[in-house]
Amino acid sequence: MPKSKVRPPRQPMPLQEAQERVKNFTEVSLGYTEEHAILEASRCLSCKKPLCVDGCPVEVDIPAFIKFIQEKNYSQAIAKIKEKNNLPGICGRVCPQESQCEKHCILGKKQQPVAIGRLERFLADETSGSGQQSEQIPSSGKKVAIVGSGPSGLTAAADLALLGHKVTVMEALHTPGGVLVYGIPEFRLPKSIVQQEIDNIKELGVDIQTNTVVGKINTIDELLSGGYDAVFVGTGAGLPNFMNIPGENYNGVYSANEFLTRTNLMKGYLFPEYLTPIRIGRKVAVIGAGNVAMDSARTALRLGAAESTIVYRRTEKEMPARDEEIEHAREEGVQIRILTSPVEIIGDENGWVKSLVCQKYELGEPDESGRRRPVVIPGSEYEMEMDTVIMAIGQGPNPLVSQTTPDLAVNRHGNIIAEEATGKTNKTGVFAGGDIVTGAATVIQAMGAGKKAARAIHEYLMR
Amino acid sequence: MFKIVEKIVLAPSLKLFKVLAPEIAARVQPGQFIILRINERGERIPLTVADFDRSRGLLTLIFQEVGRSTKDLGKMEVEDYILDLVGPLGRPSEIANLGRVICIGGGVGVAPVYPITRALKQAGNEVISIIGARSQDYLILTEEMQAVSDRIWIATDDGSAGEKGLVTDILLQFIENNKPIDLVIAIGPLPMMKAVAEATRPYQIKTLVSMNPIMVDGTGMCGACRVVIGEETKFACVDGPEFDGHLVDWNIAQMRARMFGKEEKMAMETCSCGGDGHCQNQK
Ligand SMILES: Cc1cc2nc3c(=O)[nH]c(=O)nc-3n(C[C@H](O)[C@H](O)[C@H](O)COP(=O)(O)OP(=O)(O)OC[C@H]3O[C@@H](n4cnc5c(N)ncnc54)[C@H](O)[C@@H]3O)c2cc1C
Ligand code: FES
Repeated sequence: MPKSKVRPPRQPMPLQEAQERVKNFTEVSLGYTEEHAILEASRCLSCKKPLCVDGCPVEVDIPAFIKFIQEKNYSQAIAKIKEKNNLPGICGRVCPQESQCEKHCILGKKQQPVAIGRLERFLADETSGSGQQSEQIPSSGKKVAIVGSGPSGLTAAADLALLGHKVTVMEALHTPGGVLVYGIPEFRLPKSIVQQEIDNIKELGVDIQTNTVVGKINTIDELLSGGYDAVFVGTGAGLPNFMNIPGENYNGVYSANEFLTRTNLMKGYLFPEYLTPIRIGRKVAVIGAGNVAMDSARTALRLGAAESTIVYRRTEKEMPARDEEIEHAREEGVQIRILTSPVEIIGDENGWVKSLVCQKYELGEPDESGRRRPVVIPGSEYEMEMDTVIMAIGQGPNPLVSQTTPDLAVNRHGNIIAEEATGKTNKTGVFAGGDIVTGAATVIQAMGAGKKAARAIHEYLMR
Repeated sequence: MFKIVEKIVLAPSLKLFKVLAPEIAARVQPGQFIILRINERGERIPLTVADFDRSRGLLTLIFQEVGRSTKDLGKMEVEDYILDLVGPLGRPSEIANLGRVICIGGGVGVAPVYPITRALKQAGNEVISIIGARSQDYLILTEEMQAVSDRIWIATDDGSAGEKGLVTDILLQFIENNKPIDLVIAIGPLPMMKAVAEATRPYQIKTLVSMNPIMVDGTGMCGACRVVIGEETKFACVDGPEFDGHLVDWNIAQMRARMFGKEEKMAMETCSCGGDGHCQNQK
């Protein structure tokens, strides 16, 4: 193919049609074909000082892997990514690229940035994530326990295994993956992809023990005295927040965690073939506007809800969800009510949700940060008929490890205190990272924390 | 995978399993529970541990077949394997020498109350037990409870064993004649626990109950298990399962227990393959 002088436009992602996809749980984005990928890769300027890399929390050498795509050398391309990122199939799908690598792409100044995430995903799918160095790694003789198998734990595990340490991951649930399996829905991140990437990590010699709740079956101190030379805690967010408004305990009020866990981890969407039930009704309100809220609202439609409405106190500008998720949710018919917040949930005589009373807000004077704060419009309460209310307003840290490790320092919210650059906690030999340290954040940030901690653990072990 | 090494049918639809789970057996304390999942398609089922044998690595689980999942569990046999079993979960009972304590078990609730009763006895308490059931056929662990109690009463709805009536009838009589009582602990169906809490309230006797709301993960992640205690919402799987019976909002607990009644029925009506015929191919 002769190179054209005009740069091709950013290749769109092929999608399942909105009317079709709201009826199924299969993936919304179908992925680039090879043709798309080559065209898209050809847009990269191969900058000498690539800004995109600065935007990547794990510093993937983006121009280098794109160069390999241009040469159709996919195994080298994926190997390049894997030098820094062990979960490309996942990151390519769920990273907020628009605020990371792609935000810094120089092309984005005048046109649209290179679709780095889509290319990453293309490679992961094309190569099934293989391309890891496979030569025998000499053993260091050191053992590391990783608590939690979310992205932070899995990343730390893979990096430590590649450095020759014997790694055991302990996971409370029956399936490893953390939020990747219980939270993010199948239609956005197929569980077979997660499984594939976890299998690749297992191939590095990492042992994953499911059904193992650290803090209950054992403690951090016992791990350290029982043969582990270091411990990484990546237990993620837990304890869903509720609003403390009247009626929150009516049946039909779920935390997003419960709603999504029932659907994703337990496959409630296949009830009664799978035995975990989930009841949805006709009208669903989701409170909040992050990724978790978008996932819940879109899941509700797929479970058969006739109407699914996001209720958010601020405006569109402040919505924390990825742009793409908001766009996809809209296409699928999710309604969005901004400057609105619930004040009460009303139940029927059987204790089921009947309606949601909301209050309206308007933007007031700018606060110290210059942002205009939402203020209540007096007398603006109104009632919406509702069958289900899903609370997606954040979570507190998982408490089980800190409860049973009294000398591990936590902040006033209960998040473990760890050094940003190393994951070091105040307790010798104990490192931490991911949502348990930062509060709910992103997959790639959790991975970045796992990476830094792995480096620091390695130094600690080999000192 | 967790092997079933013993199965006893205690009463119609009431079954006892001994399951090989050495790590959990080594660790579990009275009052704690486990969550199991029979197979890939199963629900996560919470069950309070009824007994444990640390030396043989065994957990005793006693369950009533109330819905589809517990019925499926009841169909399992010795030598079968349970796919997932996680624990110990929840906070252990606080065991101390308090003086005179009353341990009340209703129906299948006798199972979890047994190890607590035994521990309270070993701690030096004077232990009075009251166990109740619909009829003689549904009484479980009577001898075991007797062995760890100073005195034991039995109540059945139909009078086929012990006194005819409710555990609370006996409880009230006993309290009247034997003050002071330092602690009452009651485990059983919600209406029973509520009745016990109401009975002891006027006497201001500390009363603990073990809540078993609907759960999913059992690690404090989902909030399905929320119970209202006084003014506060608590998560039973990490803050409980034992709570002060005088502070439990029983109406909310009863309402939430009915959440999936319709779906339970639907699951009972489908065969175990969910309609794809795969049950025909398996045994
Ligand atoms: C619905 C949803 C959608 C999201 N969408 C996106 C997105 O599109 N893009 C993005 O970048 N981020 C997204 N996020 C955020 C992202 O998933 C998290 O920031 C990330 O998963 C955090 O990783 P982690 O490793 O810290 O913890 P987690 O993924 O939370 O994993 C922690 C694991 O530890 C286990 N655990 C907890 N306690 C114990 C214990 N005591 N013993 C053993 N195991 C334990 C848990 O069971 C869990 O498996 C989303 C989150 C949710 C909930
Ligand atoms: S069962 Fe999920 S938080 Fe208790």
